[in-house]
Amino acid sequence: MTVAIVGVGHTSFQSTTPDISFKEQMFEAAVKAYEDAGVNPRKDIASFLTAAEDYYEGYSIFDEFVPDQLGAVLRPVCTIGGDGLLALINGVMQIETGLFDVVAIEAHSKASDILTFPGIVTHGLDPIYNRAFNVHPYFVAGLEMRRYLHETGTTREQCAAVVVKNKQNALSNPSAAFAAKMTMDDVMNSEFVSDPLTRRDISPLADGVIVMVLASEEKAKQLSDHPVWLKGVGWCSDTPWIESRTWSAAEYARLAAERAYKMAGIKNPQKQIAFAEVDDWFSYKELQHIEALGLCENGEAGKLSEQGNFSRNGKLPVNVSGGRIGAGNLLEASALQSVLECVLQLQGQAGKRQVKDAETAVAQSWRGVPTATGCVAVLSSEL
Amino acid sequence: MSEKVKDLRGTRLSAADLESKDTITFRGRPNAKYAWSAGIAYTKYLEELKNGRIVGRRCRQCDRVLVPPRMFCEQCFRATDEWVYVKGTGKINTYSISYLDADANRIKTPILVAVVDLDGASPGIGILHKLGNVDIEKIHVGMPVQAVWKPTNEREGSVTDILYFEPIKEE
Amino acid sequence: MNVKRRVAVVGAGITLFRRRLKETGKELSYLAANAALESAGMTMDDIDCVVMGTAPDAFDGIHMKADNLLDGAGATRKPYSRVYVGGGTGVFSPIGGWWHIASGLFDTCLVVAEEKMSPCIPHPQTAFRTIWDPIITRPLNPNLVWIFALEMNRYMKTYNIPKEHIAMVAVKNKGNALDHPSAQLAAKITVEDVLNSETMVWPVQRLDISPPSDGAAALVLTSEDVARKFTDAPVWIDGVGWSLDSAYWTNRDLCFPQYVAEAAKMAYKMAKITDPPKEVDFAEPYDPFTYKELHHMEGLLLAKKGEAPKLTAEGVTQRDGDLPMCPSGGLLGVGNPIAAAGLMKCCEMFWQLRNEAGKRQVSGAETGVAQAWGDLMQVGTVTVFRR
Repeated sequence: MTVAIVGVGHTSFQSTTPDISFKEQMFEAAVKAYEDAGVNPRKDIASFLTAAEDYYEGYSIFDEFVPDQLGAVLRPVCTIGGDGLLALINGVMQIETGLFDVVAIEAHSKASDILTFPGIVTHGLDPIYNRAFNVHPYFVAGLEMRRYLHETGTTREQCAAVVVKNKQNALSNPSAAFAAKMTMDDVMNSEFVSDPLTRRDISPLADGVIVMVLASEEKAKQLSDHPVWLKGVGWCSDTPWIESRTWSAAEYARLAAERAYKMAGIKNPQKQIAFAEVDDWFSYKELQHIEALGLCENGEAGKLSEQGNFSRNGKLPVNVSGGRIGAGNLLEASALQSVLECVLQLQGQAGKRQVKDAETAVAQSWRGVPTATGCVAVLSSEL
Repeated sequence: MSEKVKDLRGTRLSAADLESKDTITFRGRPNAKYAWSAGIAYTKYLEELKNGRIVGRRCRQCDRVLVPPRMFCEQCFRATDEWVYVKGTGKINTYSISYLDADANRIKTPILVAVVDLDGASPGIGILHKLGNVDIEKIHVGMPVQAVWKPTNEREGSVTDILYFEPIKEE
Repeated sequence: MNVKRRVAVVGAGITLFRRRLKETGKELSYLAANAALESAGMTMDDIDCVVMGTAPDAFDGIHMKADNLLDGAGATRKPYSRVYVGGGTGVFSPIGGWWHIASGLFDTCLVVAEEKMSPCIPHPQTAFRTIWDPIITRPLNPNLVWIFALEMNRYMKTYNIPKEHIAMVAVKNKGNALDHPSAQLAAKITVEDVLNSETMVWPVQRLDISPPSDGAAALVLTSEDVARKFTDAPVWIDGVGWSLDSAYWTNRDLCFPQYVAEAAKMAYKMAKITDPPKEVDFAEPYDPFTYKELHHMEGLLLAKKGEAPKLTAEGVTQRDGDLPMCPSGGLLGVGNPIAAAGLMKCCEMFWQLRNEAGKRQVSGAETGVAQAWGDLMQVGTVTVFRR
């Protein structure tokens, strides 16, 4: 594959943004991304893709409301009903057809507009089989976490260490919404939402918009001195039936990684990957995803995490940005937040949190309860 | 359907089947509530409606006045420049006569709907609203109309602060 | 820019279209997917990836509904994408499938479009309450038909079009649908029937509107090499185009669908079509309302602005006319399970171009165009298929 990210733009991530509309936020991020890429959307961008889900937005057919503030009026625009990374992957495919040379990707969260978030998540459960329990929908995560801990011997403390690390990492990310100095006790003593899952194990929602500009090899070399190349992509959905899933491991992430690694020529991820941004909607999901990506042996992520292996100065830093837990849960946009961090790091633009000598990184996403759907991308500063 | 494919797939249910005991349905209503941020442009628009005025935004590059207002110009892709008040009068761009309510129930007294191109906005810049105090037979494209406002103390900062548009008596 | 790989359609499948079907959305997806695979002589093992097209979640009543539908569409443990452009989704879903294969990432793709509108009560229209801008439009309590009536009126007034000519579209499409086994509203009717039918939102009358429906459709797409292994008669996706206009529809002139014209130009350019009325043998323009078929013929550059009604009155668009429109029976005749209805049009092109359309067959069909439309009268999606 020869597609690169040549421009990124984003708003800061905040717990609430009542003073500004999603359109105005998108406009801000789009202007920054196009400026970074040195392109005029009215002339230079051939296609636009946004990641959105109607019930997160409170609109049916949210697609209607995106072209104006992206400079995309009367151009090819579409919505991908998936996370930001899936939108990006579809953009990559569009370029790979040879039809387009420059494509823009947008993903956002205006979670603070949602008054009944648990109600929305519940509405994602199968209406016939899973919706009748009148219980917070994160029971699905509680079930999964229990089985994961049971099968792998991972402890609640090891999950709590993920929270402490990601909140700490976020302190060095000026865009992050939920940076904090937190202790293990703070996490362990927070109240249960769905035992063993506590409130602090859950990433808090935030608002934010991210826009990226992708380009073909030829165009990328013209537009950017520091293009970040997409070396491999993969995505996968495991069964939608929550009752028949493998709870202990993130199979969708393993299958997606297999595809992405094959494309990127990654045979030994632990050696070839310098750092990773993985989905951490819940603390234990980070551990599951590290294992699925082959960044350690199955069942070892908790122990290694506790030992500092995945800390910013560790052997294989994970979620240096702070992830969903530290930077904020941006719904479908967190996937692009992971890519954003990879881009900034690989360009050497990550400031205080810069990882040294990083050449290849992996970004991984998950769409949250009740799905078993996610994507993986391998990115590199070298073509 | 291809002539090569003979079997049709799918089982039809009639309205009567739905009522019968053989058909099982699971009823539910989503708990989906929102408080959409109006943002900078719409906040000003709604505040001014409360004051009995209609405000738009001008883009100096294409020299258009946009109503409802927005902080960016979709044609030039740049920030719009200034607030511009437009008149509460205009001409009917197109109209329709609705015998359906929002849930598609039949209604006896029709709702009169129109896109009104506002005086002072750029050509073709209209807003959706209702018509009132008008003889249905006489409604036509190009008809001059004016906004009829709610009494000041009843306005709440909503598009419904305009009750409807009515014909301007042509001299 | 040149497209690297040619993409073929090798199979198509469809369910019944009805106001209510007993099957769930998953089951409908399965029925259509399986029919398409059977017609291609393939099984799910031959499929590399799946693309889903389905319109608002509010119909099925499931948040992130594509994730719920995925096992029915055969996507379990496979790469799976949902592409979504409102009512334009049906014709857009094979475009999504096209880029999966044309990119070189995959050799085979199953495209499924599902719509289960009946769960939404009291009426599927209720779901449309939430398509509006919540701040400036929803307080007016609009019904979706309003805006189409506004567009229809603008179109009629701009070009001085008699309602009789528009009514002929309903007569033709419901008549064509008599030969479509999936059809929900096939009927032999007259222009007078249309003009005398109940006024819903003037100028839209009951027989001007397609019904809400349940249904699903599917296509199997492959690369050129793979296509040759499975069939001697592949149908080629030679042109794709899509375009989205401004959300502020009251700021646009509704008399002409510029977004359809932009999408059509893109698709024609890719298919190297320079004179569409001559080079296109038949079309499946999107016809959820009678006037939309005419509006879209003009948007597709198959008729000059304001002239599609005249061509229709002259019989040009009949199945045996010079330029047949909606030989399937369209949404007005076959039904309108939104995304599935759009894909039904692409299925029809596949059958027509393979000479498999039976009584519906258009003679000598070599190039077909399908188009759908959606969002707030805002999006055009176009595909050009060739034998």
